[in-house]
Amino acid sequence: MDAVLLARLQFAFTLMFHYLFPPVTIGLGVLLVVMEGMYLKTRDLHYEAMAKFWTKVFAVTFAMGVATGIVMEFQFGTNWATYSRFVGDVFGSALAAEGIFAFFLESGFLAVLVFGWDRVSPGMHFFATVMVALGSMFSAVWIVVANSWQQTPAGFHIVGTGAAARAEITDFWAMVFNPSSMERLVHVLLGAFIVGAFVVLSVSAFYLLKGRHLEFARRSFTIALVVAALAALAEVVSGDSQARTLATTQPAKLAAFEGLYTTAPGGTRLTVMGFPDTAERRLRGEIAVPGLLSFLVWGDWNKPVAGLDRVPRADWPPVALPFQSYHVMVGLGFLFVALVAVALLMRWRGTLFQARWLLWTFVFAVAGPFAANELGWVAAEVGRQPWVVYGLLRTSDATSKSVPAGQVLASLVMFGVIYALLFAVYVFVLNDKIQHGPDEPAPPPAATTGGGLLAAAGSLAGQGGESLTSTGEAAGRAGGE
Amino acid sequence: MDLHLFWFALLGVLLTGYAILDGFDLGVGIVHLAARRDDERRVLLNAIGPLWDGNEVWLVTFGGALFAAFPRAYAAAFSAFYLPFMLLLFALIFRAVSIEFRSKRESAAWRRFWDGAFFTASALATFLMGVAVGDSMLGIPIGPDGDYTGGVTDLLRPYALLVGVLAVATFALHGSIYLHLKTEGELQRRIHGWMWRAFAFFLAVYMLVTVVTLVAVPAATRNFANLPWAWVVVLLNILAVANIPRAIFRGKPLGAFVSSSCTIAALVFLFGVALFPNLIVSSSDPAWSLTIANAASSEKTLRIMRTIAFLGMPFVAAYTAVVYWVFRGKVELGKFSY
Ligand code: HDD
Ligand code: HEM
Ligand code: HEM
Repeated sequence: MDAVLLARLQFAFTLMFHYLFPPVTIGLGVLLVVMEGMYLKTRDLHYEAMAKFWTKVFAVTFAMGVATGIVMEFQFGTNWATYSRFVGDVFGSALAAEGIFAFFLESGFLAVLVFGWDRVSPGMHFFATVMVALGSMFSAVWIVVANSWQQTPAGFHIVGTGAAARAEITDFWAMVFNPSSMERLVHVLLGAFIVGAFVVLSVSAFYLLKGRHLEFARRSFTIALVVAALAALAEVVSGDSQARTLATTQPAKLAAFEGLYTTAPGGTRLTVMGFPDTAERRLRGEIAVPGLLSFLVWGDWNKPVAGLDRVPRADWPPVALPFQSYHVMVGLGFLFVALVAVALLMRWRGTLFQARWLLWTFVFAVAGPFAANELGWVAAEVGRQPWVVYGLLRTSDATSKSVPAGQVLASLVMFGVIYALLFAVYVFVLNDKIQHGPDEPAPPPAATTGGGLLAAAGSLAGQGGESLTSTGEAAGRAGGE
Repeated sequence: MDLHLFWFALLGVLLTGYAILDGFDLGVGIVHLAARRDDERRVLLNAIGPLWDGNEVWLVTFGGALFAAFPRAYAAAFSAFYLPFMLLLFALIFRAVSIEFRSKRESAAWRRFWDGAFFTASALATFLMGVAVGDSMLGIPIGPDGDYTGGVTDLLRPYALLVGVLAVATFALHGSIYLHLKTEGELQRRIHGWMWRAFAFFLAVYMLVTVVTLVAVPAATRNFANLPWAWVVVLLNILAVANIPRAIFRGKPLGAFVSSSCTIAALVFLFGVALFPNLIVSSSDPAWSLTIANAASSEKTLRIMRTIAFLGMPFVAAYTAVVYWVFRGKVELGKFSY
């Protein structure tokens, strides 16, 4: 196999693995702030127990994010030397800023968050939690800015020619606020909030089904449900605005997402599903809504959207992979909205915690946001091909000339083995934590342990009718077993 | 100050910070297996528990800063050291997760496995970083376009391997002094013994490396002619090394820790002096070396990043201070420990 393909596979594999973890930490970080904030406000020990439990999940995930993140940073130099020389002037600043502003903040206060419960005051601890949550969002900021610059370069000029050409900054802020960065950032962060919320929903639903830690689970579920609902709705809006930007910044990518091989006069259809056939330049088994894409993009049912025929054949991205990844992501996005809406409705009616089918759905639904996030990146990155820096540097020219394919293959295999092992251990440890569950809040006034579960289950049934806002007090008593 | 020089110096500061801070937690990993009982090993892990991750960020920032300030050097070095750096990455991954996962289960086999992984990964990572330093001192085959032209075997030279051993010895010493500070009672008495052994090992390797460097690596002292005050650092280094046993002997582990930190700082400094003004010396033709001038980013970028660095550094110093303050004192095993 050739070195470029191997380097791409390695990059894709390691990055997609890395990207399993940061969304969890970004999303959980926000939820931790909410939970601990509630604790400070109400001094209700249940919230403290919640914050402590989710902090443990956070810490394990964080360690995985760090371990796999360093790989990413090294890889620009090890596998993409030509790329590094080309973008270093522009892109390096973002990466260095990330280290200085985000990682130090995050890792410093993480220590206080995880180990500091009995060493600092609750106020200070809350401050640390907020800082960690902010830090993990900052990490996303800089790396997403860098990636967006690759998609829609701005604020630079090219110095040198041929293999020695490189981009140099002319306008820092134009680089940071390039045409796609802020939209992408919003979309990525919302995607992470959805992941974090669904992780909490999944574990809480599991406890509810098993009749364990009921009070803890009910409250965690409710908080996460609210976050999930807000983020899922906003994500659809944000995705729509990204797609609109694509029409002007990266038309070839949008054409690939929509399977548009030819530009037809009049309104352009929005495909709901289909199977791109690049040899014949058409979609098989297509289901589409006429004119809708034109409307979404231009606000005009009759203005055509450019197809791949407007782009030189040598600059076409692959079509099938971005097309399908994009469609599944969008489909999942709507599915989350629907699922969350149903759950909210039932929560409001007070029937949610008895609806075992829905709880089971939530236990497994957590896979969805992970998939949507990964697929979103596959669509965005493969849709950018054959360019690594859009319109400026081809992926095939960007690798390290001095690294033979054999070495890349060897490291790729090693990453495969090590990551598989890591993942198994991660799941194993996480499962252990979940099985062990949160510690019960410290002073249980009256209740004893015997029959606690049954009693709690009984009180759960009894509380069915309460509304979203009145969980607090009544529930506080029931969970103290 | 000249921007190129500023960035060279700042990289030196980041590398020094990394070597001193991550140095002690890598060192703890290197001596980890000397602790026999489970509770002792937990004490060792918890001595670095809240700190190692922040320490590693110095490496991440060093990498980011090298990328940003000297992209050609970053590209050349990282692709040249492809296999060693991949191994280094595997080691760092295993280290991170073995700290995190080891105490998550009771099983003795589980813990033995992660103990072994923690030790191996710490020692290997340290060794490989030392080898990279050694190779940089010697120079590596770089072609006219700034790309590496050699193979893996060109990196496995005896001098480089020797510097790798020196790195292991230095961090083992540094780590055991740190542990002495953080422990008490019976365990501390045993660590006292490790400290002496580590010191003897360090001293032997250190002297050997010094002699070999003076004899066999003329480039190392080339700059001393124009920078006579660099000799002062050499002298201070010797004093610092000498102060380590003195401080241990007089029961002042903090003094010993400061001395070993100074030793590390001095070694990094001398490494920088040996390289300057090169970042990567081409052993094929000195004209092809990557220097702080020909490998640098544009003036504008360097200036922007200098602003970023000045804005960020006070925060970094503040976080570091807060964390070390919160976790000062002896290690106690509690509910939130590993
Ligand atoms: C939970 C995660 C998630 C969900 C539910 C969605 N997305 Fe998404 N999407 C991402 C997670 C994501 C992502 C992983 O964060 C990506 C990859 C690159 C990026 O900017 O965000 C992405 C990329 C991405 C792009 C490519 C941007 C580019 O290359 O410039 C578009 C056009 C959309 N999304 C549109 C949508 C729409 C219309 C959705 C409606 C339902 C949607 N996404 C749901
Ligand atoms: C090529 C791309 C990427 C590189 C080079 C990279 C680099 C890194 C590095 C070096 C770390 C470890 C930092 C430490 O030691 O504390 C890290 C962790 C992290 N990265 Fe990435 N990263 C990449 C992609 C992303 C993306 C796309 C996101 C989010 C949108 C992200 C978010 C994070 C976060 C939040 C952490 C902290 C650890 C965690 O929360 O899991 N990274 N990354
Ligand atoms: C974390 C989420 C990300 C995922 C899942 C992801 C996924 C991918 C995938 C699948 C490829 C291979 C594309 C192909 O082979 O056709 C790729 C390539 C690449 N991506 Fe991303 N990407 C992510 C974020 C980023 C970020 C944040 C950056 C830069 C800051 C980046 C830079 C690159 C580069 C340099 C390549 C190699 C060249 C190429 O094959 O396109 N990616 N990525």
